[in-house]
Amino acid sequence: MGDKMNGTAVRPDKSKLYYPKMPRTWWLQKPAYLLFMLRELSSVFIAIFLIVFLVQIYQLTKGPDAYAAFVQKLSSPGWILFHIATLLFALLHSVTWFQSTAVVMPLKLGEHEMPRKLVFALNIGAWVAVSAVILILFLAFRG
Amino acid sequence: MGEETITLNVTRYRPGEDRAPRTQAYSVPYRKDWVVLDALNHIKDQIDGTLSYRWSCRMGVCGSCGMMVNGVPKLTCAAFLRDYHGQEIRVEPLVNFPIIRDLVIDMNDFMDKLKSVKSWLVRKVEKPVTEGEYRQTPAELEAFHQFTQCINCMLCYAACPVYGLEPEFLGPAAIALAYRYNMDSRDQGRDLRREVLGTHHGVWECTFVGECSEVCPKHVDPAAAIQRTKVDLAKDWFKSVLLPWGTR
Repeated sequence: MGDKMNGTAVRPDKSKLYYPKMPRTWWLQKPAYLLFMLRELSSVFIAIFLIVFLVQIYQLTKGPDAYAAFVQKLSSPGWILFHIATLLFALLHSVTWFQSTAVVMPLKLGEHEMPRKLVFALNIGAWVAVSAVILILFLAFRG
Repeated sequence: MGEETITLNVTRYRPGEDRAPRTQAYSVPYRKDWVVLDALNHIKDQIDGTLSYRWSCRMGVCGSCGMMVNGVPKLTCAAFLRDYHGQEIRVEPLVNFPIIRDLVIDMNDFMDKLKSVKSWLVRKVEKPVTEGEYRQTPAELEAFHQFTQCINCMLCYAACPVYGLEPEFLGPAAIALAYRYNMDSRDQGRDLRREVLGTHHGVWECTFVGECSEVCPKHVDPAAAIQRTKVDLAKDWFKSVLLPWGTR
């Protein structure tokens, strides 16, 4: 009893412990883990998309022919598939981002926290509204 | 007709004898009002007295009986056999921890981490008892009350792949309790806790998988505590850069 009372807990003999290893496929064990990995992977697609987008803007400096040739390249089935995948990843990232916002930055309504679903809905609403404004401006100024 | 039974496949590990854990099957009576812990107690009392596991209160308060039930971290006192009717039940020690024996894991790492975040009220100067208690408004209590519900059951550590891959990570419950005291209007230990929370192995190791909050039997929501601590630390950093003369 004495050695347990002096404030330092008795520690097990480390040589006798079994240390389990995490399988490499841990992210396939639960749908939530897989969704997390897809969310992380989304950054790769969005990064590639942004690089391609920057190259596309750069083509503008080289004249209309160079730009048209580049856009022509992007219309190949491979690039279209890539852009569809990127759109889906961007949607996944945006939706999970707004879900997180409600968790990370709780808003108060009077004395109590606002329900998370309401914060999420407000965020999605603001996102849709801003996207609509951009779309309207785009259509208006396209000429 | 005999009594209906259910099979429990239980992890066994004898320290110093076994090289790796193995699984042993036990057939126990199926009772609708039994939980997995009742089944384990039945095995221990009636079938095999050598089985080792931790338990105490049997009512979701002590946090001792956490195990993996069919791969999910659960308090076995709250996992009813009826929810697994028609299946076999796999009972394993909590993952991400070293195994001492059978279903008993080594929790010293968690205990050390809990201590490192000073999970108690820190006062720069204690006021004398004669001056009375530290009073709080209901709103001040609400700011941290949810995070006081942690029972240190470590289910969140078993659910956290980051802790599994990087055992140095401070982990969900320790950070949730650090946040609990940081948010307490009576506490003055925030600067001391920042030294542990603000490191790479502190909150910044977390990638917000969010499963800690899903498995928490007390709805503590450690994932929220971690992300809010990240925001607080980022604010502190900006203040220290923009206001070098400030109250950091």
